[in-house]
Amino acid sequence: MSSQPRSQVTDINPDSPPPAQSAHEASPADSDPARAAQGARGASLAGPARIVPGRAQAAPAGLPAKQGLGVTLEQLRAFYGETEQLRGIDLQFAANRVTAIIGPSGCGKSTMIRCINRMHEEIPGAHAEGRVLLDDTDVYDPAVDVVAVRRAIGMVFQKPNPFPTMSIFENVAAGLRLTSRRGVDLRAKVEQALRSAGLWDEVADRLSEPGVGLSGGQQQRLCIARSLAVDPEVILMDEPCSALDPIATLRIEELIEELKRRVTIVIVTHNMQQAARVADRTAFMLAGELIEVGDTQEIFTKPRDPRTEEYVTGKFG
Amino acid sequence: MSGPVGSASPSELLSRFSISPSRRRRDRLARGTIGAGTVLALIPLVLIVYYLLEKGLGAWSTDFFTTDPTGSTFFKSSSIGGIKSAVLGTIEMVALASAIAVPIGIGVALWLVEYGRDSAFAKTVRFFVDVLTGVPSILFGLFIYIVLVIGTHSSYAGYKGSIALSLLMLPVVIRSAEVILLLVPGGLRESALALGAPRWKMIARVVLPTALPGMVTGVLLAVARAAGETAPLLFTAASTHGTSFNLGGFMNSLPVQIYNDVTSPTAAVVNRAWGAALTLVTLILALNVIARLIARRSRLT
Repeated sequence: MSSQPRSQVTDINPDSPPPAQSAHEASPADSDPARAAQGARGASLAGPARIVPGRAQAAPAGLPAKQGLGVTLEQLRAFYGETEQLRGIDLQFAANRVTAIIGPSGCGKSTMIRCINRMHEEIPGAHAEGRVLLDDTDVYDPAVDVVAVRRAIGMVFQKPNPFPTMSIFENVAAGLRLTSRRGVDLRAKVEQALRSAGLWDEVADRLSEPGVGLSGGQQQRLCIARSLAVDPEVILMDEPCSALDPIATLRIEELIEELKRRVTIVIVTHNMQQAARVADRTAFMLAGELIEVGDTQEIFTKPRDPRTEEYVTGKFG
Repeated sequence: MSGPVGSASPSELLSRFSISPSRRRRDRLARGTIGAGTVLALIPLVLIVYYLLEKGLGAWSTDFFTTDPTGSTFFKSSSIGGIKSAVLGTIEMVALASAIAVPIGIGVALWLVEYGRDSAFAKTVRFFVDVLTGVPSILFGLFIYIVLVIGTHSSYAGYKGSIALSLLMLPVVIRSAEVILLLVPGGLRESALALGAPRWKMIARVVLPTALPGMVTGVLLAVARAAGETAPLLFTAASTHGTSFNLGGFMNSLPVQIYNDVTSPTAAVVNRAWGAALTLVTLILALNVIARLIARRSRLT
């Protein structure tokens, strides 16, 4: 499904032993940037196929085998006080796919993904209406525990924000400790999460150093590891690369390609090349409304709506 | 057609960009005024430190710190004793006052920042905390005197002094802790919540540890303020000669001993007041220095 250098970031072969050996050779930073720039699907077709029997059907491994969950928005409306920021969005995020949300600043991209894990309501005066189905459960159902929803739906923010008082290890373990998972082997879990985030080789010998001592790109991968450690089924990324340099961005994009085997990914981005590179599907938003959603290639090459075309060709926004 | 760029001669340029004499004069005048004002403000400060050292250091000795005041000043030959009971009394009462004010104060600040936010009740609380900050310290003493001394038909006690001091510390602790908690980046709270942490755990494991060094600074400054207060203790803890570890009884303290000693006609006792004053200032200075050192280690700016 992916080119060889990427698949080495994490061992995703369900039949192989724990990834202790294979991840050691991983050095994704020097994988061919041109290939990555071709776009996710282009690369997966063009790159040398790594033959692993039965991988296409098998559940992804690395962290415990787990499938992503699909997310469906039904007439989702979001408010800041009286201001209606989202005006009724209907949108489906397919399980184990990467969906990019593009659109000009202030169009409601971030608000929308923050409604999915109910972080929107953390802002004083903000509330949401409509339904957000995680598989077939409405996360806004009064019987649903918001804390449980957030455990299933991880989030990576624009600015890398490791907990400043915690070491690298503690940062990754934070999710497990904050959610009081009992009987979890912290060390193993932290290592798995760091390997999955492609950070293990860089930090293995300094796990007790402060997380804030890492570079920006490493910090963002640390934050991804932190959210992976609690085994979410969906990961929301709010412009995860906008504070990073191109090399660090490339690492994150490779990681996204890997992670979609295990989780459903929704990524908000201002960078249309990034959407083209990583996303299977792309949704274009404008002024709180969903204008168009479709296969990434279609959105960028033959969009149905003239506004989408104007935006992706750089005529406005 | 067009003239060459930068055709002005060097001397013309120099006169265009040189400082005019009148501006130079005004600059000197302004700098001089501000400088003189600074020196003026420093004079009393320097004098206070000078007199404290001059008079206080003379009173210091080993006995000064290791004996209680005797209260006998009638005969010149009799020893007046030192300030041991006052130092220990201040430490005991301030420790109890901190034990009361710090948890409550940080609790109020946490509620204000994490839960109350901009609600009407939170605004009311903030307003009254501000009012409390401006209340003269003798009012806290009076309040405790009326409620806990007269009101209970009982006598003075160290713990009553502590409660008066804790009332004094409370608004300082609340305000400083609130300011520090507001400095904790919202992104940290969001990250913790997005991981599926319950709110209380997010506060206990992420917000509080991040804010801790800053809050310690605020607490130490409040402690320093309480340690120097006389008025709240005058008619709550009163004063006594002997060292006491019973917070239920009368208790001596540095500020009250200074207050009692300076009014004495005996020169040696007045000297002891200077020695006690220097001790108090040294204690408070030490707390301030520690507070600053801890503040420097804070990751919040």
